[in-house]
Amino acid sequence: MQQLAETMVAGQDTLLDIQNLTLSLRDQSGWVEVLNNVSLSVKPKEILGVVGESGCGKSMTALSILRLLPPRDSRLGGKIMFGGQNLVSCSESQMNRIRGRHISMIFQEPMSALDPVFTVGYQIEETLRRHFKLDRREAAERAIAALDSVGIASPRRVATLYPMNLSGGMRQRVMIAMALVCEPRLLIADEPTTALDVTIQAQIMDLLLGLADRTGTAIMFITHNLGLVAQSCHRMVTMYAGQVVEGGPVRDVIAGPRHPYTAGLLHSIPDSNRARGTLPSIAGRVPSLRHMPKGCRFGPRCSYSMQPCELPQSIENECIEGVDRREVRCNRWDELELRGVGA
Amino acid sequence: MSAGAASDQTALKVDNLHVSFGNPRRGSLIRAVDGVSFSVRQGEIFGVIGESGSGKSTLGRCLVGLLSPSGGGVLHDGVDPFKFSRRELNRHRRKYQIVSQDPNAAFDPRMTILQSICEPLNIAGEGTKAERREKAFAMLDRVSLAAEMANRYPHEISGGQKQRANIARALMLDPNVIVCDEVVAALDVSIQADMLNLFARLQEQFGLTYVFISHDLRVVSHISDRVAVMYFGKIVEFGPAHAVIETPLHPYTEALRSAEPEINPAAADARQRIILQGEIPSAIAPPGGCRFHTRCPRVRDICRTQEPQQRELLPGRHVACHFAEEMLGEKERRSLDLAGRDGAHQSATAHTGR
Repeated sequence: MQQLAETMVAGQDTLLDIQNLTLSLRDQSGWVEVLNNVSLSVKPKEILGVVGESGCGKSMTALSILRLLPPRDSRLGGKIMFGGQNLVSCSESQMNRIRGRHISMIFQEPMSALDPVFTVGYQIEETLRRHFKLDRREAAERAIAALDSVGIASPRRVATLYPMNLSGGMRQRVMIAMALVCEPRLLIADEPTTALDVTIQAQIMDLLLGLADRTGTAIMFITHNLGLVAQSCHRMVTMYAGQVVEGGPVRDVIAGPRHPYTAGLLHSIPDSNRARGTLPSIAGRVPSLRHMPKGCRFGPRCSYSMQPCELPQSIENECIEGVDRREVRCNRWDELELRGVGA
Repeated sequence: MSAGAASDQTALKVDNLHVSFGNPRRGSLIRAVDGVSFSVRQGEIFGVIGESGSGKSTLGRCLVGLLSPSGGGVLHDGVDPFKFSRRELNRHRRKYQIVSQDPNAAFDPRMTILQSICEPLNIAGEGTKAERREKAFAMLDRVSLAAEMANRYPHEISGGQKQRANIARALMLDPNVIVCDEVVAALDVSIQADMLNLFARLQEQFGLTYVFISHDLRVVSHISDRVAVMYFGKIVEFGPAHAVIETPLHPYTEALRSAEPEINPAAADARQRIILQGEIPSAIAPPGGCRFHTRCPRVRDICRTQEPQQRELLPGRHVACHFAEEMLGEKERRSLDLAGRDGAHQSATAHTGR
């Protein structure tokens, strides 16, 4: 593992550095491994896209970072380095100082993330008062300013409303206001626009990226929508069955994927420029956590699967012009010629 | 039912259809579908695109007789299903099936997949028990679902598998028309691609007619022959799928197209982005004039007062916007291949109501 010397201080080039993270959860039938050796990093002000099908461990990675997992029924291994601290071993009270202040999160379904019995203004104030020494009036003013900054037309009135009085798009704006009100250094956005219409999605993404840019917040953007990643992220990682299988700068990955799973995801999206016909799809589905295939976890669904794929694989790294790294977890990546999108 | 899949035969005809909810005396009347007309040919895939609140699902439910129109009508292969008695309607309705968005809500958790799939035949009183089972297994095979899934309960299979079972059930009564309401919205992209392929294959095998409702422009344009774009209960644009998506002639379609995230970086760079302001307005108090004027980037004075008429701008392409001709001119100038071919007037007809 990495030395402690690498733990970063503010201003260094990695904001969040996850190293060999493993997560096991317990249910009625015992422990099951959900994340296996996940390593990824986010630089300050960077927007990292995390893609993959449901059940690939994207959200579990996010919940591990914030330690929003049942303490008795979860076991974390590896390191999550943030601001010189390893979040895996932080105490609950240390985590409480980080959550919402330095790392905040936006969830997919704003209705279930907001408390139905408090006004939205109160809920934003609560975040502020938890982390800063503010009296109610100051907190209320800052909450109204936050609502104003997310493009809500009459923030003073909206602050007095309850979540049920707002539309889906408005609720997501409130969530963003709440997440960014303390100007965190990292924002985890877990499918923030999936429940919204495309026109509202465009508004929300525009808003989110603009605000993050202004406050210098880095974003870990979890989505299954590769179009959104292409449009808004600097780097991306693909997750499959609890592992990171590919990573690199977005444009490079999309133009020339190295892992058959990333390529499969790219091609299964209907493209209006392509003639109608059979869409290339990925056969089968994500394996069950209790029955992981031997060797490559994508092997049983992969059309390039061969003998070496049954061997364990590790993440292979390669530098592109010394700037950014591409990573791939595939034993055959250097023999495969996978087609990307665009040139 | 029409036996041959002759493409000039009309499977569904919708004429100035209105569906309203609520009480007009209390001033809470919601016109979910407000004067929609189109016809779907036998064997055609007709796409309906719109955001939530555009009335597309209400339209879908009305097409299969689950909701009654409050004005205008629907003709199923030339007959009006709403003139039937309840008993006759139930018989007739078999040929018009709907597959809905959420496969999790579509199955009774206490019934096995096999029991659920056989249920339509039980209700229709068709065949012996053995025949029903045999047909169910045949259908499971058609939708590429392994036979061992038949005895599982809904919670034991994945969302994609449930959606396949859902389709198998809709096919049990040999329908003529299937309304697919957001059938792939809840699925992952790789599963979604599989399902779209399945829909296309079944359409060929059974000569089905689909009305394919979705908010996803990519999905609808991939599968459909023609598409209608709905906004606030009205069809704002309608025509051949490829043409509508590639060269939208209504600002709303244009905005939808632009809001769709682009994967290809080169295409994304080339495209101008239009981000619509605001949300779909309140259904109880629709804006006057053109209903899109509150969000339209091209809005002018006339839009606030006068409702645009739907007209046929190019053969088979109908648009309801005051400035559609202007947009067409712009696009032609941008040398998008849209040469105004005059000629065969397509059998499709559409016009705004009232």
